[in-house]
Amino acid sequence: MELILETLGLAESAKLLSLSPPGWGANLLRGLANSLKIASGAFGFGLLIGLFGAYGKLYGGPVLRDLLAIYTTVIRAVPELVLILILYYVGTDLINQASSAMGYGRVEISGIVAGIWVLGIVQGAYSIEVLRGAILAVPPGQIEAARAFGMPPLMTMWRVTIPAMMSFATPGLANLWLIATKDTALLAIVGFSELTLETRQAASSTRAYFTFFLAAGGLYLMVTLCSGAVFGRIEKWARRGQPSLREDRG
Amino acid sequence: MPTAASADPLPEPDTRAEAIHVEDLHKSFGSLEVLKGVSLKAKKGDVVAIIGGSGSGKSTMLRCINFLETPSSGRIVIDGEEVKVNADGSPADRRQIERIRTRLAMVFQQFNLWTHRTLLENIIEVPVYVLKVPRAEAIAQAKVLLDRVGLGDKIETFPAFLSGGQQQRGAIARALAVDPNVMLFDEPTSALDPELVGEVLTVIRDLAAEGRTMLLVTHEMKFAREVANHVVYLFEGRIEEQGPPAEVFGNPQSQRLKQFLSSVS
Ligand SMILES: Nc1ncnc2c1ncn2[C@@H]1O[C@H](COP(=O)(O)OP(=O)(O)OP(=O)(O)O)[C@@H](O)[C@H]1O
Ligand SMILES: [Mg+2]
Repeated sequence: MELILETLGLAESAKLLSLSPPGWGANLLRGLANSLKIASGAFGFGLLIGLFGAYGKLYGGPVLRDLLAIYTTVIRAVPELVLILILYYVGTDLINQASSAMGYGRVEISGIVAGIWVLGIVQGAYSIEVLRGAILAVPPGQIEAARAFGMPPLMTMWRVTIPAMMSFATPGLANLWLIATKDTALLAIVGFSELTLETRQAASSTRAYFTFFLAAGGLYLMVTLCSGAVFGRIEKWARRGQPSLREDRG
Repeated sequence: MPTAASADPLPEPDTRAEAIHVEDLHKSFGSLEVLKGVSLKAKKGDVVAIIGGSGSGKSTMLRCINFLETPSSGRIVIDGEEVKVNADGSPADRRQIERIRTRLAMVFQQFNLWTHRTLLENIIEVPVYVLKVPRAEAIAQAKVLLDRVGLGDKIETFPAFLSGGQQQRGAIARALAVDPNVMLFDEPTSALDPELVGEVLTVIRDLAAEGRTMLLVTHEMKFAREVANHVVYLFEGRIEEQGPPAEVFGNPQSQRLKQFLSSVS
């Protein structure tokens, strides 16, 4: 009896999750793809902000340093949901004002671009701090040796500082990436059809809340597991040349 | 008159070009005046040993020569080319100082090999990326240099897996890879276990014998006496006494140098 119920239940779920039209599986996967696109875009944009910001905080003039301090403090103090609403509406508003000032009508802003911009700004603030800490952890002698051999500053950054700080930065960056994937869910609030919104739509149309949210949770978990594996490899590569602690103890 | 062999321990003052000329070098850190007017000349092929107590300014002087520290005042002339400076003493022309630095290879007390690169990658880094030597050529040359310092079998090893002595020999190979006009050594053996000092000194001794111009800050008095043709004794930021090693070590004039020599031997 129980067995039959269970198989029936599962069969029902399988139908709901199937990729072809009566099922909503394709919608979920499309949502997942959108989430991943935004997360990687925002993570990359955040890294770029982080790199320039970290160097600015470490070596910039007093004005730049103050501006960056305000940026990192404000972004990290305000809840992400609020930030997303502010940045999204401010961003779209500014663009529309600019376009109407130039005599064009309202512009339709691509959800992906808006999402990357909004989450990227949030990610940037955290990236700055992760990378700044990592740069500070590089032994000064590494950079000094580059200077002593006549390496120009940008080459020193690219050939010495960045590779040397990678091992200190990867754990923090891996965290940021996972946060980025999950923050995409917050974009549901501005109507962007990422995984969470697609799931909610599927669930409310079919009343199968449990099935769909469980499936979405499974997808998020899969992303996390794959990311863990990828970042594990990156960290191993970044730590090449450093004796592992375990070997030391053994 | 026959030309002098470069191995001749006595300098031939008139025929050799000036490699380094430091004039009235001052350096302060805040209110602490570390160098109080140091002047120094080294001709091509000279091995100048710089000795002195801890805190006397030896490292600071060496680091001012390649502008790792910005001198407060004074002139630095390398191979007849004066380093152009701003009013605050910092290098005025970044490209000039970078070019000069490639000819002044430095060997650090803490080796400072790049930890994320293999030994071979460390050696070819500056030739390939700064001096734009073709990679294959740089690799071939690096292998010769690593053989020479006795590390021919370690080219794929990362620095952390080498002993201190091996790392320092690697660092010397890295310095040699730019074919420097002058080598600056800052206590190259001070961070080494006693049994590893010898292997590094052997390499430096070879370089001296082949006529490399070197400025060598060291606490190894016996070694300084043996390889240097000029010894400079620094005391509290001034040159207290200088001369040929036989004079400085054998017949010190100043009371401070006498005291210093008896304290280190
Ligand atoms: N970056 C710095 N900032 C402030 N003071 C410094 C700095 N570098 C060196 N000093 C000071 O300058 C003085 C000379 O230092 P230096 O390193 O040149 O001495 P040294 O002769 O090389 O000594 P040692 O034999 O211990 O290496 C010391 O009193 C030191 O504390
Ligand atoms: Mg020193």
